[in-house]
Amino acid sequence: MYSIAMKMLFHDRAKFIGLVLGVAFSTLLINQQLGIFIGLISRAGAVVVDVPEADVWVMDPGVKNLDTIFPLRDTELGRVRGVPGVAWAVPLFKSNVTIRTGNGELEASLLIGVDDTTLIGLPPQVIMGNIDELRRPDAVAVSEEGFKKVWRNQPVALGKVAELNDRRAVVVAIVKDSPKFTSSITFFTRYSQALQYTNNGRNQMSFIVAKAAEGQTPEQVSENIKVRTGLQAMSSPAFRWKAIEYVIQNTGIPISIGTVVALGILVGIAVVGLMFNLFVLENLKQFAVLKAIGTSNWRLIGMVFLQAAVVGFVGFSLGLFGATMFFETAGKSPTFQGFFLPWYVAAGSGGVAAAIIVLAALFAMRRVLFVDPAIVFRG
Amino acid sequence: MQDNAQANSNAQANVNAIVCRGIIKDFGSGNAKQRVLHGIDLEIPIGATTFLVGPSGCGKTTLISIIAGLLTATAGSVTILGQEITKMRGGRVVRFRANHLGFIFQQFNLLPSLSAVENAAVSLVVRGATLASAKRQASELLDRLGMESNKWKYPNQLSGGQQQRVAIARALVHNPRIVISDEPTASLDAETGHDVMELLREVASGADRAVVVVTHDNRIFPFADTIATMSDGRIQSCQRQISTNASDASVSTKIEH
Repeated sequence: MYSIAMKMLFHDRAKFIGLVLGVAFSTLLINQQLGIFIGLISRAGAVVVDVPEADVWVMDPGVKNLDTIFPLRDTELGRVRGVPGVAWAVPLFKSNVTIRTGNGELEASLLIGVDDTTLIGLPPQVIMGNIDELRRPDAVAVSEEGFKKVWRNQPVALGKVAELNDRRAVVVAIVKDSPKFTSSITFFTRYSQALQYTNNGRNQMSFIVAKAAEGQTPEQVSENIKVRTGLQAMSSPAFRWKAIEYVIQNTGIPISIGTVVALGILVGIAVVGLMFNLFVLENLKQFAVLKAIGTSNWRLIGMVFLQAAVVGFVGFSLGLFGATMFFETAGKSPTFQGFFLPWYVAAGSGGVAAAIIVLAALFAMRRVLFVDPAIVFRG
Repeated sequence: MQDNAQANSNAQANVNAIVCRGIIKDFGSGNAKQRVLHGIDLEIPIGATTFLVGPSGCGKTTLISIIAGLLTATAGSVTILGQEITKMRGGRVVRFRANHLGFIFQQFNLLPSLSAVENAAVSLVVRGATLASAKRQASELLDRLGMESNKWKYPNQLSGGQQQRVAIARALVHNPRIVISDEPTASLDAETGHDVMELLREVASGADRAVVVVTHDNRIFPFADTIATMSDGRIQSCQRQISTNASDASVSTKIEH
């Protein structure tokens, strides 16, 4: 009977394609939009991700995210280092600077100053050059995407000279960093060098990044720092999440993307539900014939669910393939870097596609169950 | 299997394949209630072709729907091959239908997505056979019905007569004891209708089978062994015909109701 169900399904190719496209469109929209959403909000905590050595972040008590910073006094570093449970603590500088690009245009960029001695705070992946060269005067490392934006249409190379706030900066290394929320150009340099590039006040230290000693959790150490210094301290994941939450709560991004996702689900339910119902309605007499010649209701339910499951599987697979291709293709663009399709979004969209199909099948199944087999005798 | 064995032994013990007693059928309720069958008593003998005739709206289709277990009677009983199907519930009546009844419909009701041989095989598939094995059996039967060169075609590629042959094959492929045929010639021209009835009589009217034909096409009356005439939800008469061939309907015995 199930092979007959399949033949019935594939017989009307236009309707089958319509059903499959309904599910595929819904799946594509959900995956594409949620992938973009997650990629976008992840950028809010990108600076934290780029310092994997540290597991505790210390900052002014008023700081809510990575972009609104109130500098700490230099003496705070010593106080934090003295807190029990802190294995080490180093300063981290973060500021926005204006850079003049190769063709004379101005661009906003991010400047990260890392500890002079240990260079903790640099992204772990170096694409080109030697990171120790950063100890030279005026030396900076730049992200690959940043380089391409500053020196457009030029091959990525070392030794390029830029102007950061009217001061000379020589590129000695190209690194791979996480895409940021506000700027796609990020320069890394030593902490002392970064202060020379900005020089905008007495207190310059944006953050202190620290490591919990063995046997201590980052949460315990953060609590100790809070108690003993009065500063705000939290574990790396907690700070990253706080920065993401700030974006969620203070921008229209979740609402606008959530609306598109909801529309995708609604359109999926409406299109697939109506078309599947229409498909069953058009085949109702065939189901009645099968019922009249001795097919049980259970067998008919199985046939309808099989048809719905095939539509769901093919549609979901196509939609997921489309979304994957989108991220594969678009991900190559520098401005789209860091956007990806998380497995849990794909799995969730599979759940949504299954729900759409089950709803459509249940809706259509009523007709099959209650069709009067005696209609086969009516002309 | 139990149904099969019981039906066979009961049928051997009875000369009637189908016995209807006091069948009443009402549609609607309250003031809108309409009685379409008024206590039908009917016996359909085994080894014969029984025609159920009468004007449109007299209740023929309702009666065969009740006989086939597709409609529930308001009152009365239907006994087929010794088993009272009006007492059967749920899956039992569905299984009984699959095992013992074959249907031929006025509009053929072939599945457009299946080829002729697949359509003919459906009755076996419903009983649990695989499509491949069912197609082998159906193919042999279609060959016997003169459909050798057309059995892989789809319904929309077949003429009315060819479609009715496929419908006949579907009704007979699982070797049912009772064949119920609703207006089998209504959609066919006179010559094709005649051919179809010849075929039906040849392949369906065995000594151990009963064929019930609902029709108001009086051109095919000569093919009947018994003609039950209905009017306003009642059997008006039941006439046994004795004839040597289909074109020579002659001696008849009339039983008035």
